[in-house]
Amino acid sequence: MKIVVCAKYALDPGEIRIDPSGKPMLDRVPRKISDIDKNAMEAAINLKEKHGGTIQVVAFGPESARDGLKELLAMGADEAYLVVDPSDGRLDTMATAEALAAAIQKLGGFDLILCGEATIDGYAGQVGPRLAEKLGVPQVTYARSLTVEDGSLIAERDLEDAYEKVKVPLPALVSVTREINTPRIPTLMAILKASKKPFTLWKLEDVGLSREQLEQLSGIELVDMQGFAVERKRVVIKDKPVEEAVEELVSYLFKEKVLGA
Amino acid sequence: MAGEAKTILAYSENPDTLFELLSEARELAGKIQGEAAAVLLGEKVEANLEELGAYGASKVYIVENPQLKGFQVEAYTDALYGVAEQVKPELILIGATKRGKELAPRLAQRLKTGCVAECVGFEVADGEIQMKRIVYAGKVSSLQKVKGKPAVATVPPRLFEKRKAEGKAEAVSLQVEVKAPKAEILEVKPKEVSGVRIEEAEVVVCGGRGIKSKEDFKLLGELAEILGGQVGCSRPIAADRGWFTEWVGLSGKKVKPTLYFAVGVSGAIQHVAGIRGSKIVVAINKDPEAPIFADADYGIVGDLYKVLPALIESLKKHLKKG
Repeated sequence: MKIVVCAKYALDPGEIRIDPSGKPMLDRVPRKISDIDKNAMEAAINLKEKHGGTIQVVAFGPESARDGLKELLAMGADEAYLVVDPSDGRLDTMATAEALAAAIQKLGGFDLILCGEATIDGYAGQVGPRLAEKLGVPQVTYARSLTVEDGSLIAERDLEDAYEKVKVPLPALVSVTREINTPRIPTLMAILKASKKPFTLWKLEDVGLSREQLEQLSGIELVDMQGFAVERKRVVIKDKPVEEAVEELVSYLFKEKVLGA
Repeated sequence: MAGEAKTILAYSENPDTLFELLSEARELAGKIQGEAAAVLLGEKVEANLEELGAYGASKVYIVENPQLKGFQVEAYTDALYGVAEQVKPELILIGATKRGKELAPRLAQRLKTGCVAECVGFEVADGEIQMKRIVYAGKVSSLQKVKGKPAVATVPPRLFEKRKAEGKAEAVSLQVEVKAPKAEILEVKPKEVSGVRIEEAEVVVCGGRGIKSKEDFKLLGELAEILGGQVGCSRPIAADRGWFTEWVGLSGKKVKPTLYFAVGVSGAIQHVAGIRGSKIVVAINKDPEAPIFADADYGIVGDLYKVLPALIESLKKHLKKG
């Protein structure tokens, strides 16, 4: 089976600070592989263990994404491909899907594309369905379990009001939820081995695209960004007998006028 | 039909969400001298024109097709794309249910246009519609504009109120090509949905992984009852353990109570993103290092199984009338 995992080296929202004027400070925010992409990676490994085949990781992002993709190689991917985004993340999901599709097409055919239900930074969940449409394959979103049999994929989807079991012929694209598995943490040995696995850096031109083309395609224009600085009081009561701690808490809550009328 | 009034199309497979979208679409349409229209898709469609009109639709576009039996995203993309090609709307609003959230980007991709996911507000500047969405786990509000036409946006259910007014809708049946979807639905297991609107609760008592069994949620229920609040849970409790169907957090319900209790909740950033609108956050957790304490106003480090009963007793005493 030929499996492609799409990953994003995303800004870690936990590290984003808001400046006094209310603007988010996005420079030098640490990045990491979006958590749910690791679930997609784990799902890919499980399928490979059962059915054999290859796992290729494809990403569109800054050159520094190499560090994150190494983690996925250490988890069990065979090869990683990074298409460098020259725009510093200003392109929208349509441009991202275009770049990923071009890279995947350059890699030849695929049986299954796996991605996370959304990424931790933007949480839009658009790239998966856009990529499926662009490549002309069916999509299965919000999968919390999946199996492959006789060229078809069966997945259980987690919708708000129901669990839905669906069957699609391969090739297909599947987005997974966090609950599908627990991503493995690579061993030191696996991390060392990963540095020898094939890693390919592509410029947009290498996949037949250009920056101008993607900028024109990108459908969203950012008008303004405003940060919400929610400052909590962080009063922590500890090392006190339970009754005493509770009385202290209740007196705070009365002072805040949030108890009773 | 191009060249006529500017149209804002609203679609959701959920009737209540559709009414909410229409109410908002009518208001927005007023600001761009346009009109709001509903789209109904299905194998067979029964359109209540009076109701749809009252909620804001001037027109109701109807596509009936055997392929639209059950919600298959490929078929629904075909149908909505067909409608958009004929109607040429300015903006397509889609309810941000999970089905809507997978339909909108696929549709936008086929229309070669931008899509703003989970819009929480609209603004009109110089006749152009701008859309606001929340990014970076609730920390940043981003105002965006779609460059091409039509714009596509998804809107969370229950964000806007459905508002009835004077209005009459006219039905327009459309013929569009809908191909047989490649996917097949094998089984649908409905979840038991509580029907409680936790988003509107004044007090929320939320349980996390520190709660050992489903039974123990009774303790949280007791606290919620004293304070006239609702009980909720974090994502692992609902999605992993399956004790409830809905959870509080970025990917679930966003709450904005006056008082929020996080009981045995570690405080992952995605959880905190769903409670940012809370006035006062109280954390109870036995782990002093739990991240929730950094996102709480008041916290008690302690065993929830001891703290909760004591808190319940104390509140009963203090809140007794007289």
